[in-house]
Amino acid sequence: MTALHDATLALAPDATDDDVVAIPLRRPWRWISAAVVLLLVAAFASSVLTNPNIDFAAIGEFLFDPRILEGVWLTLLITAISMIVSTVLAIVVAAMRLSSNPVLSTVAWFYVWAFRGTPLLVQIVLWGYLGLLYAKLTVGIPFTDVVFWQVNTNELISAFVAGLLALTLNQAAYSSEIVRAGMLSVDEGQREASYSLGMSPLYTFRRVLLPQAMRVIIPPMGNETISMLKNTSLLSVIAVLEIYTQATVISSQNLKQVELLIVASLWYLFMTSVLSIPQYYLERRYGRGTSRTLPPTPLQRVRRALATRRPAPAPAPETKEVSVV
Amino acid sequence: MSATAPISPTVAEAPARALVEIRRVRKSFGAHEVLRDVSLAVPEGTVTVLLGPSGSGKSTLLRCINHLETIDGGRIIVDGELIGYRQAGHNIHEMTPKQIARQRRAIGMVFQRFNLFPHLTALENITEAPIGIGGVPRARARARANELLDRVGLAAFAGHYPAQLSGGQQQRVAIARALAMDPKLMLFDEPTSALDPELVGDVLDVMRELARDGMTMIVVTHEIGFARGVADQVVFMDGGVVVEAGRPEDVLDHPQRQRTRNFLESVR
Ligand SMILES: Nc1ncnc2c1ncn2[C@@H]1O[C@H](COP(=O)(O)OP(=O)(O)OP(=O)(O)O)[C@@H](O)[C@H]1O
Ligand SMILES: [Mg+2]
Repeated sequence: MTALHDATLALAPDATDDDVVAIPLRRPWRWISAAVVLLLVAAFASSVLTNPNIDFAAIGEFLFDPRILEGVWLTLLITAISMIVSTVLAIVVAAMRLSSNPVLSTVAWFYVWAFRGTPLLVQIVLWGYLGLLYAKLTVGIPFTDVVFWQVNTNELISAFVAGLLALTLNQAAYSSEIVRAGMLSVDEGQREASYSLGMSPLYTFRRVLLPQAMRVIIPPMGNETISMLKNTSLLSVIAVLEIYTQATVISSQNLKQVELLIVASLWYLFMTSVLSIPQYYLERRYGRGTSRTLPPTPLQRVRRALATRRPAPAPAPETKEVSVV
Repeated sequence: MSATAPISPTVAEAPARALVEIRRVRKSFGAHEVLRDVSLAVPEGTVTVLLGPSGSGKSTLLRCINHLETIDGGRIIVDGELIGYRQAGHNIHEMTPKQIARQRRAIGMVFQRFNLFPHLTALENITEAPIGIGGVPRARARARANELLDRVGLAAFAGHYPAQLSGGQQQRVAIARALAMDPKLMLFDEPTSALDPELVGDVLDVMRELARDGMTMIVVTHEIGFARGVADQVVFMDGGVVVEAGRPEDVLDHPQRQRTRNFLESVR
């Protein structure tokens, strides 16, 4: 104890020389570049906000117009249905691609090749014209006269269904490649370990391989969902009344094209922002076991921040006295 | 390489009944003959250690025993049941995946690289198969898993994910996972080869205890000390044939074949 004390004393005379402050390098360009960018942003904002040709009242008026809200609802519905169905289909196509059966993998390859290799817009229009191609749709045994069920194509395939089909089949081609990449990312040892425990191939796929592939699959699928949401606007070519079509229908009457495009854009921005929330939580769910500790959710972060901020930063000696008394 | 006749092809004279009988098993990958007429018997409740240079077919033989690999000829019989095939006339026909899966439940396997399920905790790794395919009620499976974790010295790690465990701990969880299906036979493929030297002991201790409890085990390992202390039978393989088989003191200390001698020299 005393030896330590002496050592500290011995150091004391020089200690003032070591009591220095480190000054970081000044970076003027950071300030200058930030100022330039801010100026440009401000100029653009003012050009929009003070533009006499934009009727801001109209934007406010139509933002919650019942037709627009209906369009929003239909956009969400189409996005949800086609994402869900296409994902199921994508898992099947990916399993076919990875299958050792050459017929299955070739058919899957062709499917992806055809649907990925042609523009979505063309596919949508084609599905819209399906009634021209096949007047009747029949469920029966191929190449025989046995018919279980038959319907006029135009009765069954409304514009809505044609749009759903187009988006779903196209998306399944893209998603199947994402699923396949996810499956390939899982170590072969996982399958062997599962089999050695007596799991069937299907059980192994469902409980061991797929959950691990999900970690790789979810981030790009989040992207795909957002693309899908925006791609629903293409259905305007076959007159599906999603939000973009609704906006153009309204603006063709009142000629406020820009205002209604802004209304639609605001809704798209809102919807895509909201969509990134479930993605975040799905990533956490399937990320289990990969990082040693999971980062806190935004909610947990807010709670923690509040918890640390709440107690007043009282000086240390004071609290000490209080606890003694 | 000429297929030399093994000195003692089977341990037929052993008193216990053979739990595993391998008869003239052949296996090729393309033109490469990996197993050539391999025959071997493993009496119930005994430990067989498989030794041999890299590429001699040890892993392949082990993987044929639980039908992770198909065979081209011969027979593998575990507990009186033909593995992966059923006899029809002179030939044997491969079973359906479902039937094979059922047979595999009685055969535990431990891998060099652990192969734990990374998305499940240690406990869930152990309970997945009993609950999902064994039909064991959740509460009972969990209780049993905790018991097994305790047995491998990892009672405190039930909630840890594999990434949070050391290699030695992961391998012990993998052993517990295999044991959870109550196998009659345990196969170990170089269970300590991927481990840091200081972690090898813990895994070997668990295996020793398992052997003491009467588990029938086939172990591929280069741990000669383990073979000497635990094995009832040591089998030396080279070039897809059993070169020499017998009691550890015979094969390890008085090998009859030059190839065995050379190999033992190299691992010492
Ligand atoms: N799936 C496969 N396809 C083609 N060849 C294979 C396959 N698996 C194993 N082989 C070959 O079979 C031979 C025996 O392999 P095996 O893994 O059984 O050897 P091993 O005795 O376990 O060797 P090691 O000590 O290196 O693990 C090797 O030459 C290997 O290249
Ligand atoms: Mg091997």
